[in-house]
Amino acid sequence: MSGLAAGIRLAHFGQKVCIFERHNAPGGLNSFYSLGGRKYDVGLHAMTNYVPPGVKGTPLGKLLRQLRIEREEFALCPQKQSKISFGPRGETTLRFTNDFAVLDAEVAARFPDQADDWRKLVELVKAYDDVSLDARPLSARVVVGRHISDPLLTDMIFCPVMYYGSAQERDMEFGQFVIMFKALFLEGFARPLDGVRVIIRVLLDKFRAAGGERRMKCGVRQIIEEQGRAARLVLDDGTEITAGHVISSIGYPETMKLCAPARTAEADANTGALTFIEAISVYDRQPAEWGWGDDTIIFFNDSERFEYARSKQQVDIRSGVICLPNNFDFAGAQLPEGIFRVTCLANYDLWAHLPEEQYQAGKKRWFAEAVRSARRFLPAADDAVLAGAQLATDMFTPRTIRKFTGHLNGAIYGAPHKIRNGRTHLSNLHLCGTDQGFLGIVGAMLSGISMANYHVLQGSAGQDR
Amino acid sequence: MTKEDCKKLVIDIISDIAPDEDLTAIKPEVKLRDQLQLDSMDFLDIVMELRKRHGIEVPEADYSHLASLESCAEYLTPKFAAKA
Repeated sequence: MSGLAAGIRLAHFGQKVCIFERHNAPGGLNSFYSLGGRKYDVGLHAMTNYVPPGVKGTPLGKLLRQLRIEREEFALCPQKQSKISFGPRGETTLRFTNDFAVLDAEVAARFPDQADDWRKLVELVKAYDDVSLDARPLSARVVVGRHISDPLLTDMIFCPVMYYGSAQERDMEFGQFVIMFKALFLEGFARPLDGVRVIIRVLLDKFRAAGGERRMKCGVRQIIEEQGRAARLVLDDGTEITAGHVISSIGYPETMKLCAPARTAEADANTGALTFIEAISVYDRQPAEWGWGDDTIIFFNDSERFEYARSKQQVDIRSGVICLPNNFDFAGAQLPEGIFRVTCLANYDLWAHLPEEQYQAGKKRWFAEAVRSARRFLPAADDAVLAGAQLATDMFTPRTIRKFTGHLNGAIYGAPHKIRNGRTHLSNLHLCGTDQGFLGIVGAMLSGISMANYHVLQGSAGQDR
Repeated sequence: MTKEDCKKLVIDIISDIAPDEDLTAIKPEVKLRDQLQLDSMDFLDIVMELRKRHGIEVPEADYSHLASLESCAEYLTPKFAAKA
């Protein structure tokens, strides 16, 4: 998605652009797949950064302008409400919607002695320059800890922010925290009725109209270095390509490993460890029929402290994210089937090398465990009703992520240390996407835009290249 | 090309870059940034569109000349004339 956004910018301004994609489907980490006649979204629980029409100066508005996309083309439908639910039975809950006042009031009601400090933190977040490409890294735990002293509130704030974008275990860079806090709480959630493919389709159409070229099922095998530049790309089929600029959206360690000579040490020192499973259930009716019609997204945790780290078992079911896509406000329309998704932290190594039989057994076991864990945070529903309504299930594991996206360790959020300015050791090789550090779907697109502007267009604004 | 023509071309560009802005009441002598929500990305796009559509080059050192509609016209009209 970041690559498509970069490509649209460059092609629009007359650069000759070609996007090489190893997979047969576009979108990268924000894609979709078909199985049994159904289309499933890969990444999209919700598109973050949603603001209503007329709100300017936010990431969504910037990307629409930069890509010359009309807001209506994305056909975004806002969430109903979401919540953060902590304790073995969800004893402490903070509701939030696309109106920040709701979360603010919930925090003040549940944590009255923290309310003033919470508001100071919010002011700091609002004023922070999170798009600076050369900011000094700060620990979000340290900065948030200066304001919030209650460990439960701290964990409840960090849980959604980390789950929706942190590549680092237990902490995150404060700039990343600010990006996510704004994206989730100060802005909000939405999705097109038909999911992520609507957004991908718009991007593909813009790219094509601008004169961009795409080669699918055609990965880049090697980036050959000569005199400090990426001199040539070797494609999977052996063809060699030259380019004035190369923008890589495959991730930092993945890019370093493609370089010849390879930068293995750099890659190994900055490879992510955080990966996930997702258990997806499809029903023949709306989940509202058994009382699951209120919440769009639920971030849950059952333990004393929330631990965002690589799972010690195949899956860590203590915490997770529930997504009920039916619970967006589709303005009278509705998805034809009920969908219930549960995402939990996982461990790549414990999935990666299993023989097929054990792998399938693991999927079966952890699907049930993840669903059981998540259901503690939803209104009680009859097992027989759910089983009777179930049409299909699917599950992706860290192994699935590695296979289809190429991300080492199945690390969806990529490298723990982001390269904000997108520079590499080669003067004309730049990074965009998750490892540049703008997060989520909107972030991915803005990353591509920023890097195309910064590395290619700004430099060429006054001269021919 | 007159300065008025030039202002119109600049407004055409801004209306494509920022279709969500109301451009009907722009005051030519007031800075664009003070009456519209335009950021540095948008200004880069004005420069890029001038180049793409009209072959006009604006070196980075001259970006300040694009501050208001009036200063745009002052700066760009001779450039258009030189091309004609």
